[in-house]
Amino acid sequence: MILVLLVCLPFLGSLVAIALLKTDSRVLAARLAGAVALAGLLMTAWLYPAVTRGPVRLELEWLPQLGLNFTLRMDGLAWLFSMLITGIGFLVVLYARYYMSEEDPVPRFFSFLLAFMGSMLGIVLSGNIILLSIFWELTSISSFLLISYWHHNAAARDGARMALTVTCIGGFCLLVGLLILGHIVGSYDLDAVLAAGDKIRAHPLYLTTLCLILMGALTKSAQVPFHFWLPNAMAAPTPVSAYLHSATMVKAGVFLLVRLWPALSGTYEWFMLLGLAGISTLLLGAYFAMFQQDLKGLLAYSTISHLGLIMTLLSLGSPVAAVAAIFHMMNHATFKASLFMAAGIIDHETGTRDMRKLSGLFRYLPVTGILAMVASAAMAGVPLLNGFISKEMFFAETVETHADSLLDRLMPYLATLAGAFSVAYSLRFIHVVFFGPPPTELPNPKPHEPPHWMRFPMEFLVVACLVVGIIPGLSIGPFLHTAVVSVLGSQTPEYSLAVWHGINTPLIMSAIALGGGVALYILLKDYLAKCDDGPPLFRHLAGQRIFERVLVTVSWKWARFLESRLGTRSLQPQLRLVVAAGLLAGVVPLAIAGFSSQPMILSTVDPAFAAVWLVGAICAIGAAYQAKYHRLAALVLLSGTGITTCITFVWLSAPDLAITQLLVEIVTTVLILLGLRWLPKRFEKIDNSVAFISRARRLRDFLLAIACGAGMFVFSYAIMKQPVPDAIASYFLENAYSQGGGRNVVNVILVDFRGFDTMGEIVVLGIVALTVFALLRRFRPAPDSIEKPEQQRIQNAFDLERPERSDGETVRDYLLVPSVIMQWMFPVVITLAVYIFLRGHDLPGGGFAAGITMAIAFLLQYLAGGVRWAEDRLRVLPLRWMGVGLLTAVATGVGAWVLDYPFLTSHSRYIDIPLVGKAPLASALLFDLGVFSLVVGSTVLILIALAHQSVRTHRVRAIETPKAEEL
Amino acid sequence: MELVLALAIGIMTSSGVWLLLRPRTYQVIIGLSLLSYAVNLFIFSVGGVKSNAAPLLENGVKTADLADPVPQALVLTAIVIGFATTALFLVVLLAARGLTGTDHVDGREQPK
Repeated sequence: MILVLLVCLPFLGSLVAIALLKTDSRVLAARLAGAVALAGLLMTAWLYPAVTRGPVRLELEWLPQLGLNFTLRMDGLAWLFSMLITGIGFLVVLYARYYMSEEDPVPRFFSFLLAFMGSMLGIVLSGNIILLSIFWELTSISSFLLISYWHHNAAARDGARMALTVTCIGGFCLLVGLLILGHIVGSYDLDAVLAAGDKIRAHPLYLTTLCLILMGALTKSAQVPFHFWLPNAMAAPTPVSAYLHSATMVKAGVFLLVRLWPALSGTYEWFMLLGLAGISTLLLGAYFAMFQQDLKGLLAYSTISHLGLIMTLLSLGSPVAAVAAIFHMMNHATFKASLFMAAGIIDHETGTRDMRKLSGLFRYLPVTGILAMVASAAMAGVPLLNGFISKEMFFAETVETHADSLLDRLMPYLATLAGAFSVAYSLRFIHVVFFGPPPTELPNPKPHEPPHWMRFPMEFLVVACLVVGIIPGLSIGPFLHTAVVSVLGSQTPEYSLAVWHGINTPLIMSAIALGGGVALYILLKDYLAKCDDGPPLFRHLAGQRIFERVLVTVSWKWARFLESRLGTRSLQPQLRLVVAAGLLAGVVPLAIAGFSSQPMILSTVDPAFAAVWLVGAICAIGAAYQAKYHRLAALVLLSGTGITTCITFVWLSAPDLAITQLLVEIVTTVLILLGLRWLPKRFEKIDNSVAFISRARRLRDFLLAIACGAGMFVFSYAIMKQPVPDAIASYFLENAYSQGGGRNVVNVILVDFRGFDTMGEIVVLGIVALTVFALLRRFRPAPDSIEKPEQQRIQNAFDLERPERSDGETVRDYLLVPSVIMQWMFPVVITLAVYIFLRGHDLPGGGFAAGITMAIAFLLQYLAGGVRWAEDRLRVLPLRWMGVGLLTAVATGVGAWVLDYPFLTSHSRYIDIPLVGKAPLASALLFDLGVFSLVVGSTVLILIALAHQSVRTHRVRAIETPKAEEL
Repeated sequence: MELVLALAIGIMTSSGVWLLLRPRTYQVIIGLSLLSYAVNLFIFSVGGVKSNAAPLLENGVKTADLADPVPQALVLTAIVIGFATTALFLVVLLAARGLTGTDHVDGREQPK
């Protein structure tokens, strides 16, 4: 349980720190973060006795069916890292408390820092490799937030984005790699993975897995060729650099490889891939570090180089090398964190980090100077300091032969060279900054020692360097041993942490490196004092620039290219693809599974039915033929097909459908007629001399259409010839009356059995109506449609020519007799609607049909008298109809809850109505009433909104005309 | 019976698809309407083709002889929703025509 607390406490602290953002307190958030880190440190320390006896495990079920559990596991290695994370975390918080300036939103900083601490603890404590990957991503995100903390600064934003891009690409590869690893092992549990080393190495997917996991580790630990993000991440506040980019996050990569060392290491591929990356990073990092002018840049490249050293050690695959790797991780964290803090203090006190401006600071900052000297001596590998011991071990390991190859034989020489570089840049750091003449170009000319507690973290770490360097066996020895045993188990080698091993090859190498480094610095001193930032030859080959160019190429140029080749903005090709895909989706399965067409027997054809459909088919083809140039004719022909469909429904025992189809047909026709007014006129003659290419296109579309039609014909004929299986139909037929209380099964299904579906459908109808309404409120017709239609103009001209006629008389009296009849029909149609509604539960009819009928009643009034005439006499208020309908439907459903039934359960019984006698009444009727009301409202709203357009544009014109006269 | 109905479905599908691929918005709306007739009839026909067997329960009628009510219920709502989508499409095409000045489906005439 304490493990969960250890991981969760920083996240909780992070949330609390965010809550402190509103307060003005600068100290409170720092105290909170410090308390959390200290608590973590104490908890970790308290767990040590348990860890020495074996891993402490805790497993909470999360997604057990996917093999994903929230498993936390602390063994010696995890313990050592947890100490490092919480311990250095605490020191960094203390340091940041004094470092951060007044203007910065401090709680946000500590919130991100705590979130990062939690993610990092999550990585080291994960006992499930998927969980590890999740925490891995969390560190990428929190480090992104930390680097971009000063987000007003462009360098911080770019650096953060680059770090995120690089580490997230790596993180993705890592996830894939871990998934494959889990697939090989058959479990995502870390213990199972570690125990299956031989199986993994023998598996054909080993190399893939290795490459993917290495991608994750190399990007995170900033190894060549992914190293370029780390120097750019130096735009972060220095405490962040000290914590993330020296001690913890960049260690995640090497930690992962140590963690998986038993599972993955020891093969030739491991040695070559990791060794090549490691040794080149070691060498290049050290070389680049020498030529930096920015203090933090120097430290960043030095960090890259040291991480390369650790990678190289891991690549060797020998147990002693693994010991050295773990040891050097600890040592590097201590001296590099203190050096970053020193750089931060120098920056803070002098206002610059440029080594060309800094010099002779020892007279102002004596204590800081001494601390920095000891720390950089440790970095250079001077005896009696911790860096020396692990570097000796490294040299000793490179001399040994592991996997005989050119790389292996070259390794000692390369290592010594890198050691010399490392001495040179360490010496430069100290010599340039603290010695020499007093500085002249400082932005802040009076530097002085920082507050004691700001220096304390450095002091502590430097003392640690000394203690470990002088008495390694007594200080870090036992803890290191626990960590080593937890990784290597029975393979744990004999090793000695002694300072003095006698005069041997590694000592000679160290001496050469020290002497060579000093000589190198003396040679290069004058050049370095003046040169530009960055190493010669490589100065213009910035990884950053390459990275940006790659990003632009991939995300802009390639995307553009693909879009221009594959994308289209025109609708026709897209629809063609959709139709073709639909056709293929139908044909391919049939072609694969085999398909025997049904014999076509003509004798069963009813001649009358065939004649009806002869008309229907002619109408359909005619509509297709005429839709371009004769819209009205096409609409009439379309209606003809609609009527034929309607007749088919009657013929084939679907009276409900027939009624609904007929009514909808009326409304649709009126609707499209209203729309026709706003479409452009066409005077084009049918042009027979179309270009060849458009003819070819038409032919292709024609063939596609024929294929689709033929497919549907064959397909539906085959289905109809199959015997209908006894599916759910019989259930509805048998239970409609006993459970739904209605004899019209279709209506019972709609309002009772599948009432919830119907509810969804009326909601859709309502939404469509409102959308139409909203779209038309801002409707602007095309300029050539604004004028009155041609027919009206002719009629008005006719009136004007004759003195006995008043203006507009013809239009007004248009279809006078039918319109009078239509007005008379109003009550009749309403009665019809009520009738259709009431009989719906037992006979064909129902809410849908009745609603549309009612809408037609209103519609007829609009048609008969025109919009203004109708609205002077009749206010329909369709929105109210819709609202009432929807509320009624919902209320009926909720009513069932009151009686402890599920939503929309209906109830039916016979009640005695005076004079009428016994009548069936179901609560479904109330629901149907809601449907009815909503359908009326929606239909009327759509039609009225469209009908209003002709009135509205009149008004627009009425305003505009006087203006034209004034001009 | 089935043959005629299947042929009708095929012909309406062909006409509908042809119109769907045409460049004028009005052609597309007519095409969609034709296609929805075809699809409605198709769904309806899946339940079997029977005459004089409306799914209305009366005394003395065996339920096994009646037409399948499920596709009918599906198609009934499909008709109403079809009306709604036609209305929506019509308004969108009118608005597009008002905005762009053309009734081409792409909102601009194709370059010659």
